[in-house]
Amino acid sequence: MQRIGVFVCHCGSNIAATVDVKKVVEIVRNEPGVVHAEDYQYMCSEAGQALIAKAIAEKNLSGIVVCSCSPRMHEATFRKAAERAGLNPYMVEIANIREHCSWIHKNVEEATEKAVILARAAIAKVNLNAPLKAGESRVTKRALVIGGGIAGIQTALDIADAGYEVDIVEKTPSIGGRMSQLDKTFPTLDCSACILTPKMVEAAAHEKITIYTYSEVEKVSGFVGDFTVDIRKKARSVDMDKCTGCGVCQEKCPSKKTPSEFNRGLGNRSAIYTPFAQAIPNVPVIDRDACIKFKTGKCGICSKVCQAGAIDYEQKDEIVTEKYGAIVVATGFDTIKLDKYDEYAYNQSKDVITSLELERVMNAAGPTKGHLERLSDGKHPKNIVFIQCVGSRCSDDRGKPYCSKICCMYTAKHAMLIRDKYPDVNVTVFYIDVRTPGKNFDEFYRRAVEDYGVNYIKGQVGKVAPQPDGSLLVQGVDLLDNKQILMEADMVVLATVIEPDPSVRKIATMLTASIDTNNFLTESHAKLRPVESPTAGVFLSGVCQGPKDIPETVAQAGAAAVKAIGLLAKDKLLTNPCTAKPDELLCNGCSACANVCPYGAITYETKLINDHGIREERRVAQVNNALCQGCGACTVTCPSGAMDLQGFSNRQIIAEVDAICR
Amino acid sequence: MSHDKTKKQAELIREISGVNPYKCMKCGKCSASCPSFNEMDIKPHQFVSYVLNDDLEALVNSKSLWKCLSCFACIERCPRDVKPGKLVDAARQLVVRERGGDFLSADEIPEKLDPELPQQLLVSAFRRYRR
Amino acid sequence: MKYSYFPGCTLKTTGASLDRSARLAALALGFELEEIENWQCCGGVYPLGSDEIATKLSSVRALAEAKAKDQELVTLCSACHHVIKRVNDDMKNVDDIRTRANNYMKLDEAYAGETNVLHFLEVLRDRVGFDNLKAKVTNPLKGRKIGAYYGCLLLRPGKIMAFDDPENPTIIEDFIRAIGATPVVYPYRNECCGGYISLNEKDMAKSMCKRIKDSAEGFGAEMLITACPLCMYNLNKTEGGISVRYFTELLCEALGITEEGKAL
Repeated sequence: MQRIGVFVCHCGSNIAATVDVKKVVEIVRNEPGVVHAEDYQYMCSEAGQALIAKAIAEKNLSGIVVCSCSPRMHEATFRKAAERAGLNPYMVEIANIREHCSWIHKNVEEATEKAVILARAAIAKVNLNAPLKAGESRVTKRALVIGGGIAGIQTALDIADAGYEVDIVEKTPSIGGRMSQLDKTFPTLDCSACILTPKMVEAAAHEKITIYTYSEVEKVSGFVGDFTVDIRKKARSVDMDKCTGCGVCQEKCPSKKTPSEFNRGLGNRSAIYTPFAQAIPNVPVIDRDACIKFKTGKCGICSKVCQAGAIDYEQKDEIVTEKYGAIVVATGFDTIKLDKYDEYAYNQSKDVITSLELERVMNAAGPTKGHLERLSDGKHPKNIVFIQCVGSRCSDDRGKPYCSKICCMYTAKHAMLIRDKYPDVNVTVFYIDVRTPGKNFDEFYRRAVEDYGVNYIKGQVGKVAPQPDGSLLVQGVDLLDNKQILMEADMVVLATVIEPDPSVRKIATMLTASIDTNNFLTESHAKLRPVESPTAGVFLSGVCQGPKDIPETVAQAGAAAVKAIGLLAKDKLLTNPCTAKPDELLCNGCSACANVCPYGAITYETKLINDHGIREERRVAQVNNALCQGCGACTVTCPSGAMDLQGFSNRQIIAEVDAICR
Repeated sequence: MSHDKTKKQAELIREISGVNPYKCMKCGKCSASCPSFNEMDIKPHQFVSYVLNDDLEALVNSKSLWKCLSCFACIERCPRDVKPGKLVDAARQLVVRERGGDFLSADEIPEKLDPELPQQLLVSAFRRYRR
Repeated sequence: MKYSYFPGCTLKTTGASLDRSARLAALALGFELEEIENWQCCGGVYPLGSDEIATKLSSVRALAEAKAKDQELVTLCSACHHVIKRVNDDMKNVDDIRTRANNYMKLDEAYAGETNVLHFLEVLRDRVGFDNLKAKVTNPLKGRKIGAYYGCLLLRPGKIMAFDDPENPTIIEDFIRAIGATPVVYPYRNECCGGYISLNEKDMAKSMCKRIKDSAEGFGAEMLITACPLCMYNLNKTEGGISVRYFTELLCEALGITEEGKAL
């Protein structure tokens, strides 16, 4: 028989306001096995933990139940406290009477009754608990960063500077990401390439960093400290070692009609291409869907002009398998397609563009060489209208429910840059709210209004109507004046909602990392673990976790790096002892458990079994404790009840259910 | 109008329209889209406020109720699923149900007719203007 | 192929040519429009109020009759199409309306939105196919520059009407191409013509229609086509500018059908 102590926490008024904790103590005192019960205002405090230690020593407790908040909050705290007092940490159970009880109920009587029931279940379980010992697993001292934008680059640099090997996997031909497409950055208006390129070069030159561009993560197995990852290096059709990056192949390539992804489709690129001048690596790829050689067998001009003999039409995709201790996701974002928003005539007029497209128009390396021009006729615009929140803050099925966070600032930036360079251009911004929290951000926006004369109108645009003369008639509303406005414009710029890069869904599935309804990766705790995924060993960097600007992204990238470094710095990790364990006497070797195991932790072995005096060779299941994650799929699949989960045995679970139903 | 009656009418409008006015974020997309905006005394984006503030007297007496064309532009483009057009229609229903609808009477019709006028026009106008 | 057909009030009177040309074109394209017996007026406007039942029953009656014949229900007039399609959506998806309408109707078998409602244009696009239509055109309207006037009722609300992209539709433009003419895209093709407001406030409707016609003309359209007798009326009441025809009239012309129903 166990000697159990029950500790009921008030959590200030969080629990005590809804649950009569004194009553809970009095009732559970009489439960089987309970030799001690008490309550305290903050059980997690040092004084509270001391109470637990004291009771363990004085009452010679063999197990404890803490009735408090979610085990996600403080299970580790109480296990450590018990361990310090000489108790096996797995003899501690938490009854969650806060999230599962006091926070969701209003009626004290009902909540108290439920708290008692939850406590009873935990007590019933502890009665059957046995001490468990955590195993150890090794840590591979290498990190994987998925995505080579500013988030991925910064994370990789920080990890590498701490002395660990890092691999960056980037699906496009170059690292650089969205930031490489930007012209200037807020709130300082420095040139994006000027501050990004040095980081790209630094990453490429770093002896601890290996960059896989034009590559994708294909398969992930293993667990924290010991992931095994397959990376598909897509066939570049160019030998990276031989290519000198001279660029002649791109000049001579006769297939030049493919819309440039880098210029957001506003200009064309050749079939063999590097996305932009500062690309890293400066080695082109052949887009086989656009290449005449690949489509017809004829051509081969690039191969003929290449002095280095680097063109390789026979090159095949290659799979690289590598082991990692930590994985950082930095897959970034894209803007949504505007197909459902054609009241703005995006698909009907070339002069209606997104803000990201405007970045390319404003950029010296962009389709207009940095001159502000209408894309329809190359004319200099006189009136430009910006429309904010296109697809942001929408609860309909066209857009997204969240604020994209960056648009108010980049629109102020665009407006200011245009007014600065072209004082003859009138700039109007239709907004719902101007949101500028951030250091020097509101000042920045006010400068656009006060110093640059940008016309901000509170209200939305209902329709953009292209006119026969090529202009755009913008029908909007000024809510502060309560007037409908008809305004002629030469260009309309849409601040389009951003969304996580669509590739993140596949990545999240491979990593078993959870994503929310908007495809943003979920953090382990919104406030206290903002860069950790709930999946151990997986960290989050940049917009894949939620909308953010460059400074925030860089800060988060550093934070994710620190968390990864903290993991890599350990030689060994304690493994969860709550793993599956087969009863070899009951196992009939049917393989059902191995078939459902998501971690490949179950194998079979033929061994001599002594079954009540009958000695025979049998095929029985074996569990690799390092691989088993304790999900329990095998235990419910096993037809003979041979498989059990340590710490969550069938008997323990049934005892809990019985206690609840009593 | 007494306070209680107003409250009840506001509730009725919410019920008939199925609109949750709290969802509105005052972006003005409805007013920016409305082809009758200039004809209206209460503008489309203001409808929600009248319902939320229980200011029904002004709303039911507004000429806006009779200017809405039911073209559904506001309903289509509203990013918050508020659908101001439905509120207008509900307010109009409230008026015609209560007063029997005196915006347009049968006696006034003949002078408005012409040979090409489609039946459909009369039918819809009657549906809209009275019961 | 036979479809149930709901002509509606106006197609029996001032909009008779829309009805007549559609039936002739249907025969030429190999399908038949079988008029619903004793159909009643749809009411012209969809009753938005969530508690409106009686005003929806005429639509339910037509829908139930098509269901009994196991036919899809075809409409021509934009208003009828709008009302019937939305009532059908209510009957399919809104428990309260379905229950109350069925309680009232006392049909042999309760109606729950089973009938598929198609606009004549959807029949051309989704059943006949514009490519097949093009193949049957004997008199392509080459060189004619035609603007599609959609109005509001066919397109909105987009989710329920599920007819085309409500902000950038293409179905009538594709139709125009199929009959050999050149579509002219202009921005006000999905903006309101004024609808029933023209009974009482002629000027308001006129200014709206003028904007539509001027815009189409500005982009080079020589004529507008529509599916709606009310749009037709309002656009025609606005003096000057380009002419307006029913899309089915041009369809007949392209198929070589004369007014008497004989080939040219």
